[in-house]
Amino acid sequence: MSRNPYVREVPRTTWYMRNNRYIRYMLREVSCVFIGLYAASLTVGLVRLAQGDNEWTHYLNGISSPTGILFSLLAFGFACYHSITWFNVTPRAMRIPKGDGFVPGPAIVSAHYIIWAVVSLVFLLMMGVL
Amino acid sequence: MAKSNKPIVWGLFAAGGTVCAFVIPVMILITGVLLPLGLFGPPEASYESMTRIVSNPVVKIVLFGILFLALWHAAHRLRITVHDFGIRNDQLVARAVYGFAGLFSLIALVTLLSF
Amino acid sequence: MSQRQITFEILRYDPETETEPRFQAYCVPCEEEWVVLDALNYIKDTLDGTLNYRWSCHMAVCGSCGMMINGEPMLSCKAFIRDLPAGTIKVEPLYHFPIERDLVVVLDDFMDKLESVKPYVIPKKQRPIEDGPYKQTPKQLHQYQQYSMCINCLLCYAACPQYGLTPEFIGPAALALTHRYNLDSRDKGRRQRQEVVATHEGVWECSFVGACSEVCPKDVDPAGAIQQMKIASTADWYLEHLMPWRRS
Repeated sequence: MSRNPYVREVPRTTWYMRNNRYIRYMLREVSCVFIGLYAASLTVGLVRLAQGDNEWTHYLNGISSPTGILFSLLAFGFACYHSITWFNVTPRAMRIPKGDGFVPGPAIVSAHYIIWAVVSLVFLLMMGVL
Repeated sequence: MAKSNKPIVWGLFAAGGTVCAFVIPVMILITGVLLPLGLFGPPEASYESMTRIVSNPVVKIVLFGILFLALWHAAHRLRITVHDFGIRNDQLVARAVYGFAGLFSLIALVTLLSF
Repeated sequence: MSQRQITFEILRYDPETETEPRFQAYCVPCEEEWVVLDALNYIKDTLDGTLNYRWSCHMAVCGSCGMMINGEPMLSCKAFIRDLPAGTIKVEPLYHFPIERDLVVVLDDFMDKLESVKPYVIPKKQRPIEDGPYKQTPKQLHQYQQYSMCINCLLCYAACPQYGLTPEFIGPAALALTHRYNLDSRDKGRRQRQEVVATHEGVWECSFVGACSEVCPKDVDPAGAIQQMKIASTADWYLEHLMPWRRS
C-alpha cells in the first residue's frame, strides 16, 4: 500500500468565515482598533487643549460632528465587548488558590464586574457628571 | 529554537487589556459622548474645566498610564489581528504599530507635562 | 424505538487511486439512541466495507474517533444523532491534519510535538523503590488534575485556527499536557520544557481564540493552561533579564 496523505489548505485570509466562534474572536480582536483610535484621539484632544481656547473649540466641533459621535458610540460598544470578553476569561488565565482547590470562576468574574461598575462610578463622580 | 522575546510586549498587552477593560468604556462615555453633548458647558467653559482637571498631578500620572497602556494594548493586538487577516509581514507590522504607540505615548507625556 | 432514514455525506479519499477527496452519500436507518459512530459502523458492516475510520472504546475514553461532524470537531461516539440539526449529516476527517485515507488522519506531527514537551514526570532525583511511593496531598493533585484529563483526541487541534495557519505551533493538547507536568509536585522538569514552551512556536503562537477549550470533550481547558504558561513565561523573562544574578 502506498501512502499519499492529502493536505487541506486553510484559506489564509478568509478562515474566520468558517465558524461563528471565529467571527466572535475576530470581533473581539478588532476592538483594539477602536481602543487604539480612541486613545490616539484623546491624545490629540490633550494637544489641542494645551494649544489654547481656539484649538480646543475646533477639536470639540470635530468630536461633536455626526461622524465623531458615531465613532464614539461604536468605540463604546467595542470597548464594552472587550471588557466582557476579558473579564469572562480571567479566572482561566489566573487561578487563585483557596483551600485544596481554587476560588470558583464565577466569583472572580463577578468581582471584576463589581470593580468595573465602581471604577466607572468613580470616574463619573470625579468628572462631576453624577 | 530560541526563547521568544514576546514577553516584553505581551506583558504590556495583558496589563493594558486589564486597565482598558475597567476604564475605557466610561472614558469614551465621558469624553466621546457627554463632552460633545455639552454636559461640561459651551467650549469656553469646558476649556476652563478640562485644563483645571489635567493640571492636577495625580490626573496627569493616571491619564498617562491609561493612554500608554491602551496604546500598547491596541498596538500588540492589532499586530496579531493583521496576521490573522492573512498579512504575514510581521516584522514590518510590528515596527509600525509599536512605533505608532510609542509616538503617541511620547506626545501624551510631553503634552501632559506642559500643563 | 423509532427509526429514521438519515443521509450521511462522508468525505472519502483513496490515496492509491484518487488525487483528491470526494463526498459520498449513504442513507442509514438510524435508531433513536444512536451516535454518529453507530451509523458509521452500520455503513461499514452492511453498506460499504471499504470505509475507513478509527474507533475503539465507544465511550469517550480512548480518544480515537474524533472527526468533523457538520464542520464541528467531535468524538463520533459522543455525537448523538438526535442532538444534531435535522437533515444531512456531513462527516469529514479532523481539520488541519493530512488525510491518510477516508476519515483517518496522519497523527505524526502531533506525536512529535507531544514528545518534544516531555510529557512525563521528571523527578529531581530518581528514588529507589525501597523509599516507597511519591506522596501527594489532595491540594497538590488539584493543581494539575484538570489538565491530566486529556485523551489526545485532537479535537482541539482541529478547532485551533492558529494551528491550521501555522503548523509549526506546538498546539493546545501538547501545551496543556506540558502544563499538567509542570504543575505536578513530583516533577522538576519545567526548565527543560520551557526550551519548547517559551519559543515562538510554543505558547506565543496562541492568540487565545479559545476554540480548543470549547470543543474539548473532557473540559481540559487548554486555552486557560496556555495563558497561565504565558504569564509564567513572562515572569521568567523579566527575572532572567532584569535580575540576571538570579539565573542559577
